[in-house]
Amino acid sequence: MKQWRFEICNRSGFDDVGGQGVLEDIKELGIKSVESVCSARVYLIEADFDRDFAMRVVEELLTDAVCDEYFIGRSDAPAGPMQATIVEVHLKSGVTDPVADSVAMAIADMGGKAESVRTARKYILLGTISQSQAETIARRVLANDCIEDVIYGTDAEPPSPHTRPYELNIGRIPIAGLDDAGLVKLSKRRDLFLDLREMRTIRDYYSESGRDATDIELETLAQTWSEHCVHKTLTSSIDLDFDGRQIHFDNLLKETVFKATKDLNKDWCISVFADNAGVVAFDDEDAICFKVETHNHPSALDPYGGAATGIGGVLRDPMGTGMGAKPIANTDIFCFGNPDIKLDDVPKGVLHPRRIMKGVVAGVRDYGNRMGVPTVNGAVCFDDRYMANPLVFCGNIGILPNDKCFKHAQSGNLVMVVGGRTGRDGIHGATFSSGRMTHEHEDIFSHAVQIGNPIVEKKMLDTLLAARDAGLYEAITDCGAGGLSSAVGEMGEKLGAEVDLEKVPLKYAGLNYTEIWISEAQERMVIAVKEENLQAISDLFAAEDVEATVIGRFTDDRKLTLRYDGVVVGQLDMEFLHEGICKYSRKAVWNTPKTTEPALPAKDDYNADLLAILSSYNVAGKEWIIRQYDHEVQGGSVIKPLTGVNNDGPGDAAVIRPKLDSDRGIAISCGMNPLYGDIDPYLMALSGIDEAVRNIVSVGARSDRIALLDNFCWGDCRKPETLGSLVRAAQGCFDGAMGFEAPFISGKDSLNNEFLCDDGTTIAIPATLLISAFSIVDDVNTCITMDAKEPGNLIFVVGLTLNELGGSHYYRIHGAGGVNVPTVDIETAAETARRIHLAIERGLIVSCHDCSEGGLAVALAEMAFAGGLGIEADLRGLPCSDDCTGAERRLFSESNSRYVVEVEPACYDAFARLMLNLPFGQVGRVVSRQRLAITTRRKKTVVDIDLDRLKEAWQKPLMLS
Amino acid sequence: MEQVKAIVLRAAGVNCDVETAYALQCAGAQAKRVHINRMIENPNMLDACRILVLPGGFSYGDDVAAGRILANQIVHHLADALRKFVDDGKLVLGICNGFQVLVKARILPGFDGGAEKPTDQPVSITNNDSGKFEDRWVYLEPATSRCVFIEAGRRIYLPVAHAEGKVVTRDEAILEKLDAGEHIAFRYVDSEGCEGPFPVNPNGSIDSIAGLTDSTGRVLGLMPHPERFVHPTQHPHWTRLKDQNAPDGMTIFTNAVNFVRRNF
Repeated sequence: MKQWRFEICNRSGFDDVGGQGVLEDIKELGIKSVESVCSARVYLIEADFDRDFAMRVVEELLTDAVCDEYFIGRSDAPAGPMQATIVEVHLKSGVTDPVADSVAMAIADMGGKAESVRTARKYILLGTISQSQAETIARRVLANDCIEDVIYGTDAEPPSPHTRPYELNIGRIPIAGLDDAGLVKLSKRRDLFLDLREMRTIRDYYSESGRDATDIELETLAQTWSEHCVHKTLTSSIDLDFDGRQIHFDNLLKETVFKATKDLNKDWCISVFADNAGVVAFDDEDAICFKVETHNHPSALDPYGGAATGIGGVLRDPMGTGMGAKPIANTDIFCFGNPDIKLDDVPKGVLHPRRIMKGVVAGVRDYGNRMGVPTVNGAVCFDDRYMANPLVFCGNIGILPNDKCFKHAQSGNLVMVVGGRTGRDGIHGATFSSGRMTHEHEDIFSHAVQIGNPIVEKKMLDTLLAARDAGLYEAITDCGAGGLSSAVGEMGEKLGAEVDLEKVPLKYAGLNYTEIWISEAQERMVIAVKEENLQAISDLFAAEDVEATVIGRFTDDRKLTLRYDGVVVGQLDMEFLHEGICKYSRKAVWNTPKTTEPALPAKDDYNADLLAILSSYNVAGKEWIIRQYDHEVQGGSVIKPLTGVNNDGPGDAAVIRPKLDSDRGIAISCGMNPLYGDIDPYLMALSGIDEAVRNIVSVGARSDRIALLDNFCWGDCRKPETLGSLVRAAQGCFDGAMGFEAPFISGKDSLNNEFLCDDGTTIAIPATLLISAFSIVDDVNTCITMDAKEPGNLIFVVGLTLNELGGSHYYRIHGAGGVNVPTVDIETAAETARRIHLAIERGLIVSCHDCSEGGLAVALAEMAFAGGLGIEADLRGLPCSDDCTGAERRLFSESNSRYVVEVEPACYDAFARLMLNLPFGQVGRVVSRQRLAITTRRKKTVVDIDLDRLKEAWQKPLMLS
Repeated sequence: MEQVKAIVLRAAGVNCDVETAYALQCAGAQAKRVHINRMIENPNMLDACRILVLPGGFSYGDDVAAGRILANQIVHHLADALRKFVDDGKLVLGICNGFQVLVKARILPGFDGGAEKPTDQPVSITNNDSGKFEDRWVYLEPATSRCVFIEAGRRIYLPVAHAEGKVVTRDEAILEKLDAGEHIAFRYVDSEGCEGPFPVNPNGSIDSIAGLTDSTGRVLGLMPHPERFVHPTQHPHWTRLKDQNAPDGMTIFTNAVNFVRRNF
């Protein structure tokens, strides 16, 4: 059969976007000698059609008549004096190639037939480079060696598309007799990430039943018992030594985060900490659910793929909640290392922070946008300690009918896997993400990286919702970490299940039964279907080209039975699998660091300080990221991430209308400040909650319907100090949730975020708690934004400013940390939030901005340049504590529970009456003059800067190409 | 009065179909979302339909090129049905990815009925000059008086959200032909109506072209999303606007529905 090869590249005069992107990345690798890069798309088509038809394929289908030109066959390096290195990137044998599938379909549409289609990318690197440099470029920039092969020059043959079939070979492990040393060795050899006590428990289970373990059984236990899946640290019993005081917890989560939810017992909480996402009431017909996940380790290895599958994965949480929710909004919060660090200072096995940032943003962009789900809220935090362990938080909110919030799989139901096919990708993700990273991970665990195909997920979503509404399945859950093992294991926990692994549709031949079972291949969901609905649901999926396959059945024997070609390859008691894991008791220590406040000299003016804080990466504008996300698809956008007269100011929270024919909305925000955690993790947690609440309330959402989510990202919690800071944060979560009457409805932790460098040193991330919040907006037409609206209006600060510069950005730009971390007077904080909401609802406030990172000066600057109007402020009216002396404290203190609000003179009285007995005061007014001017005691001007300069300082740092 | 029937065409990866159908309903039409597989099985479903909309999204993941695979399906399975649809005086609207599809299926600009050979495709839509996906709001100035979707002289404000929105022509002559034949439906302008560089022209389109119409004026394709501005609170700074905030996107849909009411 004839093999056709077509190469397509841009016609001269049209930008080679692919080539230019690659060139940038090569420069960022520190290889300067490459002068230009040309890219081409390669199609390899096995078919017996004649040359005329081949010409039609290349001219009508593969080539754009205006922008592209084509070459039939294999083109040589361009003539010329410069060295040309040709690199071709092909998918590894059998890896699914969506473009190839589309091309095959299109050729059929044209009336032809292709035996096989493969695609590749060809790059011509112009410039003098060594072979080893070429290999570095190929490995780090051009190809992902987990799924792709690279060939050089014009002679080497692309990998063959054919793969070897698998022959059944059951791996039996005689574990019963093993001693401790043997158990530890076994866990290590198989990357089980199980510790000695767990291995002993498993050994004893087999000793009792008097048989060997099989490989698939051990893998199932390792996955089910992984930190990632059971959160054994947060649920363990803990003895905390806090500055010498002893505090005991039988189960940390149950006595902190969960307890607040239980004690508050809100009737609008429908399903909390039970399903794939927390569910709360929305209106009479529908409920909303929210889940935030992390995808840290994969994003460190493969920023693009890791982040893309992070968003792809969290999308499947609402899809797998209750009987399935429709995703309506994404959130994304990132923590990266300092983007300015020199390449030589980046540890071996770690990608440069700038490269990670670009890859992560592109991954979230491409997956979220293709799914048609708006990405509406986020944050980015920079700190050197995130360099080797970037944090990628992806959240998704879904909407589902009130009567579909719960699922009930029954024995006798068929186990059906829907969506994508299963491949070797993502193996060991759950276990690997539970362990510490090392400089060797990029080699050892490249297979733990998953590969995303959002269009498959979108097709699956469209058809699943149709099947849900037609009542064609009984239960649904997602295939996330742990793959089928986790999905079927959880759904069948109370029943039992038997699965025939050879029935699982594969991307390519050659997978053994264990790989099939634990693969974390993306875009798959598992549903439980009644026999009588099988035909109807199969037709429904087939009608839109979605694959759905029966792979087993739920039983009533409370056993998990795994077969391959009829042979039992593994069998476990559900009870042992889900209850068998041993309870832990851990020691935790927290000693409040003995730090002091720095002595910084008072200054005549603070213009330079304000500009420096606005330009610091954590505060600076994120427009470069935000605009790459479609934040308006689905048509529900009300308050966008960018707001103001030029649509470029930093909105406090996003608001969407999930139902196009209703003005009821949802507000979404987050709060996070790792800088505080170094000094006081308890106050970091309280501050995070206070910030999330402030953001929500500032746009006009209800203060009495706020639901919270927690994401704990910590270092190695076997270290008592590390665990101690986590326990303190959990205590903060409890007090904050109780104080604001805002229950936690879902959460997730990612521990062991540490990196072992090749020189033996370890880098641990700072204790990082992300608080995500959402609430109800009764009528979106009452929402407001943070941009200054009209000259003559009055500016007030509601909330007390204290001597609290500890962990502030003001200290940070002066290289100091301090000790006075912002506290929270929880009663006043909750009451303030309630009154601000009332004031907005009654139309007494025209703009409101939460006062946080950078303090009052930054909040005023942002309101001014977002509104394109000046502000003249006089801090004599600022409500503050007696020890809040000195301009720098009033300007930059990051005290919590403060709101900067703009009030029309006509509303002054009503506003003041409403704020009665709260700390509030007028600090200035809006003016048409394009400057921010702040005076303090004795009319001394401490800040006086032109709006354009303020805005430029804030916008520039993260305006990347 | 008979309800104006509209079909919003779905396919793998299309993702603006729901809000587009909603916008049509707001304009008084009865809109149905139909999967391309169903339409290929039964093209006659177009008989009762008066308005066909190809909504935004990433049909087939933008594989090969944005809109290419869906365009190929249409060319080889629905060409005659669509030809007849337009000849019967009915309306076709392509938004964002739908515009890319119409251009790559050579239904737009549709010089003399779009009879060009595939290799003579006069116009295409390619990568933004910025090289990346961007979501931002733009002003559009009508550039033709004979497109039934467009209110002549009314400058409108809509969001774009795409990575491949740069309209290009095969040569200078084609551009002149587009201009002379009033095929240019909208141009990107600033709030004062003047053309300009990025971000006024968000993707680098030649001659600031934001949308095209065919020789009948009954087929419109544009990159911006009219369905994303049919409610006042969708405006990016509506909280600053008092009463002057009529949702510009509705004009496109309302004009289409009113045209059908007048002519059928």
